[in-house]
Amino acid sequence: MNVYIKTLSRDLRVALRNPSSVLNPLLFFVISVSLFPLAISPEAATLSQIAAGIIWVASMLAVLLSLNALFHHDYENGVLEQMVSSHHSLPLLILSKIFAHWLLTGIPIILLSPLLGVFLFLDDEGIKVLMITLLLATPSLSLIGSIGASLIVGVKNSGMLLSLLILPLYIPILIFASSAVSQAQFGLAIDGQLYFLAMFLVLSLMSAPLVSAIALKISLE
Amino acid sequence: MSSLVISDLDCQRGYNQLFSNLSFQVSAGEVLRITGTNGSGKTSLLKILAGISASENGDINWENHLVKSDEYQQEIFYLGHHAALSGELNSLENLEFLSALNKSTDQRKLIQALNDIGLKGYEEEYCTNLSAGQKRRVILAGLFVSTAKIWLLDEPFTALDPAGVKIVESRIEQHCQNGGLCIFTTHQDSALANQRVLAL
Repeated sequence: MNVYIKTLSRDLRVALRNPSSVLNPLLFFVISVSLFPLAISPEAATLSQIAAGIIWVASMLAVLLSLNALFHHDYENGVLEQMVSSHHSLPLLILSKIFAHWLLTGIPIILLSPLLGVFLFLDDEGIKVLMITLLLATPSLSLIGSIGASLIVGVKNSGMLLSLLILPLYIPILIFASSAVSQAQFGLAIDGQLYFLAMFLVLSLMSAPLVSAIALKISLE
Repeated sequence: MSSLVISDLDCQRGYNQLFSNLSFQVSAGEVLRITGTNGSGKTSLLKILAGISASENGDINWENHLVKSDEYQQEIFYLGHHAALSGELNSLENLEFLSALNKSTDQRKLIQALNDIGLKGYEEEYCTNLSAGQKRRVILAGLFVSTAKIWLLDEPFTALDPAGVKIVESRIEQHCQNGGLCIFTTHQDSALANQRVLAL
């Protein structure tokens, strides 16, 4: 089996044997979204207006919460040293890890989002567009997040630092994704937003593994 | 004969100059033991040779391939202070991943390698349940199945019992007879024959 597929299956296996690391961000996602109707208003008209924004902010924070674990354990136990000293491509090894991270956080968020959309009275069209934006943009969240995670890998108590590094880069995704959903609710065209999210995905797919590889090498020195 | 040529290596950590203008050569078949007090730069030197850290200056060359080139990196096996194992995986799964990262012989030999290092019956055991010495043996099994020519071993005997040390020493000798070379650090006495010593 190819080493990159092995890295992917290893990361999935490690995460599934330690389920709390996967479940905590998802629980955070569900709980934080379901608190909004209690705090703001249970009225359908109010909630359906802000539903996309709430789900998008919560999914972004949930991804952020899960990013600390991306490289941390492999740094502590020395597996990263083995990856760096291996003759295989470090950016591709990192890409496999990012893909595993997306499968474990992005996919469950996408699958949970229609349910939470119904909680918040989002109409069918809104839910459909919400899922499309999540599908297009959650990989970008994992990819961009890996840059931050690799920069802080040797730093202790780095939770806040990661947010400061990464959140500004997440903002454009947040703006375009949530505006796509609210425009779709009014029956307007959303091609522009989707193209932008796709462009962001391609850009981060091209650059994030390379930048993370450089950052990890610096962290290991 | 092929040899690892190190020339004019400098290493600085923080404000300390650990070594400067370090030049030496290790030919295939040779064992080089690096000695020195704590903090003298033994681990830093091995990490530089493994392509993990960068040196301030100097060249590292194996058969006209520089350190960090793919051709160089596939000829090294680095064994560091850490066990490089995930507690959530069992010995065999960890070993499979380790040998996939390094240039290794075929995967079917992995169980045999675990037997040889004295971990028969522990293939399915999660590494979090293994003792420090047993964890060390798992990564040493990874070393034994690797086909890398250059072994860079940082304190390979740590946590091993005398029988384990003997196995590792005999494997190092066998590796050198087969045209490999080994650079290692240890604070323990080593009974390895024909070892050269480099004091930092």
